[in-house]
Amino acid sequence: MASDETIDVEIWQGDAGGGDYRAYTVPAQRSQTVLDVVTWVQQNVEPDLTYRFACRVGMCGSCAMNVNGKPRWTCRTHVSNAGDGPLRIAPLRNLPVIKDLVCDMTEFFDKWVGAGGVFKPSATRDDPMPAIDPTMTERAAASEAIECINCAICYSACDAVAQNDAYFGPAALNRSWSLINDVRDAGKTERLTAAAGIGGCFNCHSQQGCASHCPNLLNPTLSIAGLKRAAVKAKVRGEI
Amino acid sequence: MIAAHRKQPLWFAFALHRVSGLLLALFLPAHFYVLGLALKGEAALDGFVAWTDNPMVKLAETMLVFLLAVHMFGGLRVMALEMLPWSARQKTFAAAAAAGAFGVACCFLLGAL
Ligand code: SF4
Ligand code: SF4
Ligand code: FES
Repeated sequence: MASDETIDVEIWQGDAGGGDYRAYTVPAQRSQTVLDVVTWVQQNVEPDLTYRFACRVGMCGSCAMNVNGKPRWTCRTHVSNAGDGPLRIAPLRNLPVIKDLVCDMTEFFDKWVGAGGVFKPSATRDDPMPAIDPTMTERAAASEAIECINCAICYSACDAVAQNDAYFGPAALNRSWSLINDVRDAGKTERLTAAAGIGGCFNCHSQQGCASHCPNLLNPTLSIAGLKRAAVKAKVRGEI
Repeated sequence: MIAAHRKQPLWFAFALHRVSGLLLALFLPAHFYVLGLALKGEAALDGFVAWTDNPMVKLAETMLVFLLAVHMFGGLRVMALEMLPWSARQKTFAAAAAAGAFGVACCFLLGAL
């Protein structure tokens, strides 16, 4: 039973073949995060409980889990803000589970590459450094989308990803949009071709689940809307 | 039960747009049937028009007007979102689309009474 001194928590454990929730009672602490709870269980009760984290300060993006039905960064989610009822922790949705709370991120990163998420330089190291004016429109748009920590929270929140395996998803397309606005980049045509293709931006239903869950307050829907406009323009002009 | 990750206003706007579209598609056969009556001659159509004076039918028509308006305003909202420069007021637009549709339906009902 949970009291002021304890927290009831259920943690999903299993692998790709299936699994189930197991219940624990964990001592409560001030400013306790969901990651603290998982760590307490692993260190005190369930030594083979498998989960991922690194920085514990919201920088690395590795600690994302499903907390009471919503994808969250667990190192920066206080138990007191995790939602009503007993705490229920599960692996992220939309990614294959390896074990317990750890998902296989391969498809997530493969889709970054598929969407054209790799910077393509327009100059070599021997050329002079171009001056980038931080106030110009393109740079402002690129900067707005750039603070992504690759946590896959948006990917896990997206129903279009759940329905279509081919869809690159919000994070990869957000990355593509930040590169499209990068004036040093030379890969715009390939990137827009990918964005207009089968896994691209036109799969997005604009419901903005990604934007409402992104812990860094990025707005992938905005980026995807930008891609849609750019792809339509490029198509009309015969560029892609 | 609506999944926790969907509980945000813009998902509800999306769902309303989908559901109104589906219901309108279901209504289409009835719409064509009435058009067919008009082709058959005045008497058949007049019989139908007399039936629509029934208050329950008026209410159903009001619902239909709401569905049409909410689907149209919702569609305009999505087109603006995708084709015009981004605005931070997405939730306001969704609320305005629903409120506008409600207003149109109320005007229809007042006019029909
Ligand atoms: S807005 Fe698009 S990318 Fe974002 S969650 Fe919805 S469908 Fe997915
Ligand atoms: S866009 Fe936001 S939610 Fe998505 S991977 Fe990047 S930081 Fe995470
Ligand atoms: S552990 Fe690095 S973001 Fe949570």
